[in-house]
Amino acid sequence: MYRTLRIEISPHEDGGDPRLAAASQRLGVDTLRNCRKSQIYFLTSHSGETFSTERIDRLCAFLLADPVTETALVIDLSRDEPAADGHVIEVALRPGVTDMAARELERGAAELGIRGIEAATATRYELLGDLSTHDLHRLAQGLFCNDTIEQYSLGPIAPQFGSHSDAQNRVEQIPLSGLDEEALLACSQERMLSLDAQEMKEIQSFYDEISRAPTDVELETLAQTWSEHCVHKTFKSWIAFHQQTPDGRAKSVQEIRELLRTYIQAATEKVNRPWVRSAFVDNAGIIEFDDEFDLAFKVETHNHPSALEPFGGANTGIGGVVRDIIGVSARPIACTDVLCFGPQDLPQAELPPGILHPARVQEGVVAGIGDYGNKLGLPTVNGAVVYDDGYLGNPLVFCGAVGLLPKGAHPTEPQPGDRVVVLGGRTGRDGIHGATFSSAELTQSTHMESGSAVQIGDPITEKGLIELVEAARDEKLYTAITDCGAGGLSSAVGEMGKALGVDVELQNVPLKYPGLTPWEIWLSEAQERMVLAVPPAHLPRLQELADLWDVEMRNLGHFSDDGWLRVRYGRRAVAELPMAFLHDGLPRPLRVAHYQEQQPTRSAARMPSDPGHMLLRMLSYPSVASKEQIVRTYDHEVRGGTLVRPFTGPQMDGPADAAVLKPLGAWRHDQAIALSVGINPLLGKRDPYAMAVSAIDEAFRNAVAVGADPDRIALLDNFCWGNPTLPDRLGTLVRACQGCFDGAIAYHAPFISGKDSLYNEFDGQPIPGTLLISALGIVPDMRRTCTSHLKRSGNRLYLLGETRYELGGSLFNHLAGVDGGEPPLMPDEPLARYRALHAAIRTGLVQSCHDLSEGGLAVALAEMCIGGRLGAAVDIASIAQDVRLVESSPFPVTTTDHRPLATSHWFSLFSESNGRLLLEVAPEDADTLEERFAGLPLTPLGVVMETAQLVVKHSEQRLVDLSVTELVSAWKGEIVNDASRT
Amino acid sequence: MNFPILILHASGTNRDAEAARACELAGGAPQIVHINQLRAGAYRLSDFEMLVLPGGFSYGDALGAGVRQALDLRVFFNDQLQEFNASGKRVLGICNGFQTLVKAGVLPGARTDVGTGHTQHATRNMTLTHNTSGHFECRWVHLAVEPSAQADFLAPIDDLIFCPVAHGEGNFQVTESATLSQLKQDGLIAFRYVDANGAPAAGRYPLNPNGSVADIAGICNPAGNIIGLMPHPEDHIDPIQNPLGGKGRLGLALFRAMIAGQ
Repeated sequence: MYRTLRIEISPHEDGGDPRLAAASQRLGVDTLRNCRKSQIYFLTSHSGETFSTERIDRLCAFLLADPVTETALVIDLSRDEPAADGHVIEVALRPGVTDMAARELERGAAELGIRGIEAATATRYELLGDLSTHDLHRLAQGLFCNDTIEQYSLGPIAPQFGSHSDAQNRVEQIPLSGLDEEALLACSQERMLSLDAQEMKEIQSFYDEISRAPTDVELETLAQTWSEHCVHKTFKSWIAFHQQTPDGRAKSVQEIRELLRTYIQAATEKVNRPWVRSAFVDNAGIIEFDDEFDLAFKVETHNHPSALEPFGGANTGIGGVVRDIIGVSARPIACTDVLCFGPQDLPQAELPPGILHPARVQEGVVAGIGDYGNKLGLPTVNGAVVYDDGYLGNPLVFCGAVGLLPKGAHPTEPQPGDRVVVLGGRTGRDGIHGATFSSAELTQSTHMESGSAVQIGDPITEKGLIELVEAARDEKLYTAITDCGAGGLSSAVGEMGKALGVDVELQNVPLKYPGLTPWEIWLSEAQERMVLAVPPAHLPRLQELADLWDVEMRNLGHFSDDGWLRVRYGRRAVAELPMAFLHDGLPRPLRVAHYQEQQPTRSAARMPSDPGHMLLRMLSYPSVASKEQIVRTYDHEVRGGTLVRPFTGPQMDGPADAAVLKPLGAWRHDQAIALSVGINPLLGKRDPYAMAVSAIDEAFRNAVAVGADPDRIALLDNFCWGNPTLPDRLGTLVRACQGCFDGAIAYHAPFISGKDSLYNEFDGQPIPGTLLISALGIVPDMRRTCTSHLKRSGNRLYLLGETRYELGGSLFNHLAGVDGGEPPLMPDEPLARYRALHAAIRTGLVQSCHDLSEGGLAVALAEMCIGGRLGAAVDIASIAQDVRLVESSPFPVTTTDHRPLATSHWFSLFSESNGRLLLEVAPEDADTLEERFAGLPLTPLGVVMETAQLVVKHSEQRLVDLSVTELVSAWKGEIVNDASRT
Repeated sequence: MNFPILILHASGTNRDAEAARACELAGGAPQIVHINQLRAGAYRLSDFEMLVLPGGFSYGDALGAGVRQALDLRVFFNDQLQEFNASGKRVLGICNGFQTLVKAGVLPGARTDVGTGHTQHATRNMTLTHNTSGHFECRWVHLAVEPSAQADFLAPIDDLIFCPVAHGEGNFQVTESATLSQLKQDGLIAFRYVDANGAPAAGRYPLNPNGSVADIAGICNPAGNIIGLMPHPEDHIDPIQNPLGGKGRLGLALFRAMIAGQ
């Protein structure tokens, strides 16, 4: 008969994790010889009921220990102590952190007749080697335990059952009256409100007028609703934009009335595409797909949470963006992810205090994305991984999701009397202050202060939400829906009730554990929750569906018609605010932006001597190199509709330009969708305007390359920038927005959704301003798609697009140590070439097609050879003639050995001019292709060769001569077998 | 042709709709039924001619792949399942469904004591455990039907099957070599990982993507009416899904074989 049990599950054989030795060496611990990992389950009985040995044996055999691979050791903690000899580190989640294993153990135990128990889990590491206590602490902190969500013990850890504190109903009044600016700011900081002096004064005068003090619930609600994260203050501010010439003289001052309206929404309106269903007004952008369905697309960032707790941060990032899709009544069908990390090989000694090593960040983020997306059954099909020193303290995690919804199936108008229904996970003290936390900069001590802003996701509860909402949508059971994201219920309910007013009772919110104060319940960002407006007559049916899908449902209150937000706790009003003040009371900020134009040319530098060597360096450069180690851990096949995958070619390892997906449920016709991205922070450091137009071109050309119709491509913008209250940061942001406008207009591509994540700084250092453009295109014929790998020897190769002297911000300049140079700008009439290319792809003329991006022509050619395991013989003489001088710009680099002719080779090979793709065409189709592209910049380059060798010549001069094996091994970073030579 | 097929959905199941589409293309009449509906008695297994346990992460695989769903089968559906099995109706477990069948003791199911009794649980001598790579992996693989498989409806599949795996715990292992010999002898091996020419993967990664002993990708029961496999034949039912562009080697062949002749 037991009371509190500890069950240790150990593997019979544990080969150990080979990555562990390397990781511990990185931490400076060289003496770790081996590590044996066990899983620990704790069980306790609340009811006073005890468990029989027989029942515990069954529990172990049915649920905990695999009879083939594992052994269970059961210890009654009231009588015995677990073994503590040797080097042992035990790690447990902090109380309140989502623990799916504990929950499933409780449920499983109940099925076996063991009821009224509480479970907790921990992990045990038995370490072998000559290790000091200091080493053990270092390993625990650096490898096994993340202080933000976990705690550890050297030796057996005490069970961490859920936190149980007394019920709290305390509501504070916060007197603001009479406080001066300094005191107001102190109040904002103390409560982590992230409100500035002007905003605090506005709140002060509102409460002075109604002659009372705000409650903590009200103040917190205002802070969330007015946060940068929720309301996008910077993009809605008025900006005085000062531009200066490169030598620092004032050039112009422009008043910008809202970046969002002036540049992003204006572009969408001007382009005026009839197939845009919804842009900027809802949780996700929506475009038309076919005569039955529309498509929804949204990309979010989860940067600060991922910096603190990579797995949980990325995990809940996917969860959040998928709920955005559910929040427009769509069925999620795919995910995308774009990640920016610091250098993976950073020596531990150079790691600033207070941050996790970039390798640990990457490992956690990738695992977090895979875990959530895979468990939801969503294919993660497209993305990018970019490395730069600038992301060391502040990584970027962009999570995207696509959804499919029947036309007209998304209701958006709650009615007075409709019930406020919350579905999904329970509410805990998790993720509190996420919205305001993401609107503040990271510092060395953030991980200590803001741990509560991070949470681990529960994809299975979210999966239930997907199914339930789809069923409820089809039965028309709700009149409005939104997800519970940043700001929790305060944001979701406040936003839904904006036009009507709302009255909710917080005691109806289901809690994970007692003891939350009213404001904590109201603000908690506990994951996997949706809020619906439900006519009372539909509640019983919704409850039936919720029971079927194992989703918890609660009725919190109702929508009123008086325009007030009323929040109660046990009938007592804890917040009473007019919606008008909550949503329109925020003072419009005025901001100042400065941008100093870059010198067109800077230093001359020594040019590298061998283009082939440079190409290999580029292929092994982390941002260019194969991401297969990451991408294979994502399920990109689930739902059975992935037609162009992340990898292509006979070895299924060549890089694809974009993904093509056929949505499940829409197989009766041949239309499909394309997903692609454009991102280039290296270029942004040189010129943020050029980064924006180039990112648009990149996303656009990638989508066209796989078969999307250039007249059916919609764009998403995601800005990740530093502190926008600093004029230099805001100046580059303004330039990027201007690039977005010009790009969207040139490509006739509307923005349908976007998001900004600002304050991405670590200890005062901003990240490189980073713009991600994601594209969603319609592929008219899924049987006419194109992939990037070379198909057949003897086929002809063409370059589409002009090559300019554009190495500014290029990978070449970065690796060659060249500063300055002209950045790539908009090509001439880009749309004409893309339309011609699309027509050629649709008629089956194009055998393969690959876009030119980082590393230019050389890298693109190499990637096509790698994918196809075929060679190519190319002469760039015709490009060299074609390399166009940018008007009024002097030639930006010279070589130390004064070989002007040779420098043009570098441009031909490595320039990153936009609007360019490589095409492979069967010899018999070559004439037709050339006719189709008459008047467009199409240059014949060479042929595909059976010999797996990439040879690039300029007339008789051999510039590159490399075997495909060498290319593959540089790009994949591994020794590969020599099959490609045969 | 009306051949009702129950596609079982537990919380976290996610390849149910693809499995249903494959069954439909193969001539069956699939219906996705939630395990709660089955528990509530809204449906009974005996209403159907075939049972499919599709892929996914039932209950998040929080205590090991398929473990919680296996418990559901034992606790709630033991009798129904035995009856279904005894009538010779066919059962297909894919990926998480395969893991569930193995962990519930339904596969290979040589024992007749599938039940909730506490004395019977220790007899399972095979499992699906973590991939040797230590992580989830998604890639296309070639499968060959084992000629000696008791599941004789597989015999008409005369070509390899080419389809993706997408799992973290697909490594088929046995307690001892005698168990493996017994599996072979009893004709319980149904599928093996092979190369594109049909030669054994012989443990070579990534042809054998998870380290399974003897390249075992799927097994069947002695009566030959229940099979389970880790790869996803339901994700290759139309040539357009083939990443190498071929026309054949469809996973649909498996569904056709199971549904035809019934």
